Amino acid sequence: MRTVVAKIAQSLGLILAVIVLNFSMIHLTPGDPATVIAGESGAGDPETIAQIRAEYGLDRPFVVQLGSYIGDVLQGDLGFSFFFDKPVTELIGERLWPTVLLVGTALVFAVVLGVLAGVFTARRPESAVSHSVTVLALVGYSMPVFWTGILLIILFASVFEILPISGMRDVQFEGGTMSAVFDVIRHLILPALTLGLLYLAQYSRLSRASMLEVLESDYVRTARAKGLSERVVVYKHALRNAVIPVVTIAGLQFGALLSGALLVETVFNWPGLGRLAFDSILRRDTSVLLGVLLMSAVLVVVANLLTDVVYRLIDPRIRVGGARG
Amino acid sequence: MASVQDAEVLVGPLGALAPADSEIAGPPGRQALRMFLRNRAAVFGVILFVAVLLMTIFGPMFYDNDASDIVARPVLAPGADGAPPLGTDYLGRDVLAGVISGGRVSLLVAAMAALMVVFIGVTIGATAGYYGGWVDTVLMRFTEFFQVLPALLFAMVIVALFTPSIATISVAIGLVAWPSIARLTRAEFLRLKNLEYVKAARAIGAGDWSIMSRVIFPNALPPLIVSASLLMGAALLFEAGLAFLGLSDPNTLSWGLMIGLNRANFLSAWWSVTFPGLAIFVTVLSFSLIGDGLQDAFNPKLRGR
Repeated sequence: MRTVVAKIAQSLGLILAVIVLNFSMIHLTPGDPATVIAGESGAGDPETIAQIRAEYGLDRPFVVQLGSYIGDVLQGDLGFSFFFDKPVTELIGERLWPTVLLVGTALVFAVVLGVLAGVFTARRPESAVSHSVTVLALVGYSMPVFWTGILLIILFASVFEILPISGMRDVQFEGGTMSAVFDVIRHLILPALTLGLLYLAQYSRLSRASMLEVLESDYVRTARAKGLSERVVVYKHALRNAVIPVVTIAGLQFGALLSGALLVETVFNWPGLGRLAFDSILRRDTSVLLGVLLMSAVLVVVANLLTDVVYRLIDPRIRVGGARG
Repeated sequence: MASVQDAEVLVGPLGALAPADSEIAGPPGRQALRMFLRNRAAVFGVILFVAVLLMTIFGPMFYDNDASDIVARPVLAPGADGAPPLGTDYLGRDVLAGVISGGRVSLLVAAMAALMVVFIGVTIGATAGYYGGWVDTVLMRFTEFFQVLPALLFAMVIVALFTPSIATISVAIGLVAWPSIARLTRAEFLRLKNLEYVKAARAIGAGDWSIMSRVIFPNALPPLIVSASLLMGAALLFEAGLAFLGLSDPNTLSWGLMIGLNRANFLSAWWSVTFPGLAIFVTVLSFSLIGDGLQDAFNPKLRGR
């Protein structure tokens, strides 16, 4: 319990550091947000700019601005988007769930299929299937994720024509809740597949390696010597241990998964955080950009904490040996 | 996707091809080289890479069209009347010329970024692992901090804040991608620093710098070489992603930028995005195959895993 509290405290410290870094990076580099805002409303004369600077507090010393930003964030206020004309928190709230849905689906798909492929191939390491999984893993890793997405779109737009290739909902959609859910799922398949394939490749390889190692271990030999069926040995004794590195890597890679999501969202017009970040960079909508950067860091930190919890559930040694985790 | 199938046919079952340990003898470096050369997948990787390299260096000498010139009608499919070998894009530019000249920027950025990553990662990891104690704690916290930042997003911000150029993009990738190398280097230094020969070096009066650079570092090289080659691939993918999003110097064509520029029209001209992507894929695949081969060669026990 104490370690969990310590970890959470540590994570909060990390997030605070992220806020400071992001804010400094964006505010200390060339480019004046006031001119951007002024440009937006169509008047760039010095008087207006000075007025805008005063209004948004941009004329205060940097440290004061940073302090007041952190204060606002602590109260749950991420500022206001000049472009979308909305509070940043509201904007992020709208865009967060599509991203979580996309990344979560891709992650589950990649972990489940990857582990299954890993287990299957580790049991017959010299079979043709096993070797093709190794090759496919390399191939999957080497394909740029946005290119995979584009190829899938070309394929589905011209050959299969059964799945939507863009957006999250049908424009002319009408119907009840159930069919709305179904509509989103149909739109989700291709983007999630694109993002998932990249990680499926890595996880299948990783779980194959760790399964091969586990299958050679003493306790698996003991389990076999006891006369347990192969099924029990593999799925109950070995799998549990073989899955640990996959979970660890999957958790640690959550940030990378978000990066991939950014590209996939762009390719498929998926209305998530990644696209929001991209748009805010192009428009120099700094408060939105800061908000998205913060939100992504929070997502990564939460994913790491969750990994830690799952880790403890799977591996009793960590739970019992607890304190040092 | 003919090339994928070719790769499978040519490579055959991976891992099954590595020779038995007993056949290999001699000094460790040469042993590793021999193992590497007997690994057909790894050699295939080298061939792919050399082919890409030759294409980008010597291609322009044999293929006259300039990537930025309009050479024919727009959206000509490969094989159409008067079309260049790989067709033309939505403006009528030669796709093959783009693939040839785009490789130069992609490979250069990948190499520079990988160098940056190795430099930052090794410096921080070696210092943390060698000195231990509070130095280690502080540096590892710092590393964790960088791991929390979503890499692509952070790199996008860096590139957007400064003018996009080959240098800024390489630095941006370097700044976001070093933590894994730092961790690896740290682990190696932690493992090696208490070995007999390091103690011996210290006993005869070698200073910290010389122990780190001349005694420990050479022994920590094998895993670093493996990750450096995988890193080249990762950096290339990263650069492609940034360029695809439009965050690159618009005047220097790279494979990713080509795909980004043709994004709006790829349904009417599949070749204009497929071939640059294929070039990225083949190059990254070559780095992965080489990295894998090196891993097997340095670490025979892990072969095929």
